[in-house]
Amino acid sequence: MRYLTQKLVFFVVCLWAALTINFILPRMLPGNPALAMFAKFQGQLNPNALHALELEFGFSHQPMYLQYLTYLKNMVTLHWGLSYTYYPTPVTTIIAHSLPWTIGLVGIATLIAVLVGTTLGIYIAWRRGGFLDGTLPVTTMFLQAMPYFWTGTILLFLFAFVWHWFPLGHAYSTTVTPGWNGAFVRSVLGHAILPGITIFLGSVSGWIVGMRNNMIFTLGEDYVVFAEAKGVSPWRLMTSYAARNALLPQVTSFALAMGLIVSGSILTEEVFSYPGIGFQLTNGVLSQDLPLIQSAFLIIAVAVLVVNLIVDVLYVRLDPRVRTGGGVQ
Amino acid sequence: MAESTMVSPDSAPVAPGVSPGGTKRSPVKRVWGIMFSNGKSAVGTCLFLFFVLIAIFAPLIAPYSPHYTLFIPNLAPSSAHLFGTTAQGQDVFSQFVWGTRTTLMVGVGAGLLATALSLLIGVTGGYQGGWVDTILNFLSNIFLVLPGLALLILIESYVHQSTPFFNGVIIGLTGWAWGARVFRAQTMSLAQRDFVMAARLSGASSLRVMITEIMPNMTSVIASNIMYACLAAILAESGLAFLGLENVTSVSWGTMLYWASQGDALLTGAWYWFVPPGLGIALVGLSLVLMNYAIDQLTNPRLRELPKKRRGRHE
Repeated sequence: MRYLTQKLVFFVVCLWAALTINFILPRMLPGNPALAMFAKFQGQLNPNALHALELEFGFSHQPMYLQYLTYLKNMVTLHWGLSYTYYPTPVTTIIAHSLPWTIGLVGIATLIAVLVGTTLGIYIAWRRGGFLDGTLPVTTMFLQAMPYFWTGTILLFLFAFVWHWFPLGHAYSTTVTPGWNGAFVRSVLGHAILPGITIFLGSVSGWIVGMRNNMIFTLGEDYVVFAEAKGVSPWRLMTSYAARNALLPQVTSFALAMGLIVSGSILTEEVFSYPGIGFQLTNGVLSQDLPLIQSAFLIIAVAVLVVNLIVDVLYVRLDPRVRTGGGVQ
Repeated sequence: MAESTMVSPDSAPVAPGVSPGGTKRSPVKRVWGIMFSNGKSAVGTCLFLFFVLIAIFAPLIAPYSPHYTLFIPNLAPSSAHLFGTTAQGQDVFSQFVWGTRTTLMVGVGAGLLATALSLLIGVTGGYQGGWVDTILNFLSNIFLVLPGLALLILIESYVHQSTPFFNGVIIGLTGWAWGARVFRAQTMSLAQRDFVMAARLSGASSLRVMITEIMPNMTSVIASNIMYACLAAILAESGLAFLGLENVTSVSWGTMLYWASQGDALLTGAWYWFVPPGLGIALVGLSLVLMNYAIDQLTNPRLRELPKKRRGRHE
């Protein structure tokens, strides 16, 4: 229980840190787009209209701490402001439309990468020194060193431009009507395959190499040697003895990798013009849409924090040492 | 990502400057020996040195100025333009060569800055313990979970057309958390050792113990961290530049890819425009990962390549 409380406190503090970064940065760095916009209107609009506009965009000349408190209140109550580019659409609406695309694409691609990578890692550690063990880590490391946006570009070039197997971008074709119909679902899947492969290729290496190294550790443990000597079947030895215990660090890695996965998906969405959160974030930056930038960053941070919290909660279930409060530093 | 550098707390400290035979060798020769101790890291080192040479001798290698725009646009590769020309009429090969310099300098610089910060925060926290450690560790954990690229994009959105140098600085300032965590764990384990205790009892200050006793004993962990930090920095910088968040007149591999995407290289089939810079990033990244193999095997004896006779024990 104490463990979970600790994790919850950490979650809240991180959330607060993300919110505060969002509050401080525009006030600390030069080139605040909103101030620039108001400066442009100065003298053109009458002071009352200007004031109304400032109120609408949530700008005030109150003391800093009052602004901060109002800001925190607005954030918590989901009053995230109006987008400049899609004015007068509330930013929350844009986020709500983009989030499912990102979660669907990144979530599924990551899940497949974790499953495939972990399985391959178990296998090559078991057949250590074999052909795959010699080639697979290096091949996938090369893939990992490739920037996501470049992998995406190459895939687009080959499979969409040269061979016309897949569409060039976006989440679904404009000729189909969104909804639960076959044509739409097929279109969505067709559009998701290339970006999905990009994310898969970029992240699978970490899972393979990580699992291989964990497996090599557990395979060297005394209980595995003992089980082997006792005559436990190779399959059982590999899965129940070695792999099962090697999986735990992978769970930790998953939480830590979230940040990287998200970074990669921002770039992937940009390459494929995939209408997810990352695409909105980069669009917001290019069109100087401050509320959109802030909200996109916030929602990405919250997503990563929530995954971390879920992993922490899962850990209680997976690692008995955490439950009993012993043996963990 | 799953880090391959795991350090068991009971791994023996490697005395610096002493080879297994007990004889002292010059540090350069030692490093050389380690990097060429196995095939993978030898290939990695050669690849990395190759790009370093390109970066150093860029003015001699590049046939034209990377900014010169008066060539015929969209030329396919030929002997006059090895990698063809851009839609703006620039020589892609010259841009690639000069871009090597920018990308390597920013990447390595940011990687070193991040590692220096990690050392400062991780070693201090791990050695001092108490509330100093609690605060520093909490800070690292926060930076560890905040999504890096999103944070960088957020910062960039307020700084318009930032230079590669500025990008390197913010990448370094935001990318230290993972290293700090590794160094902290390493320091905590080293701080318990007898030789550290001996140094403390002989009256050495904390700073002196950290610098002369603890850090030299985690050289391989530091080296490994530098490589991963450089790789992450190169990927982050080129990502930012690709999104158009770096001064678009700068010549780096990322900006080249930005212009290739703006100039519809994809739709005109100009593969020679976007393949070289991306391949460059991937090869430099690969060289760093391969070089890390040698270090991994130093730090982590269990990952050492098995002698031939022991192979296939489980088959």
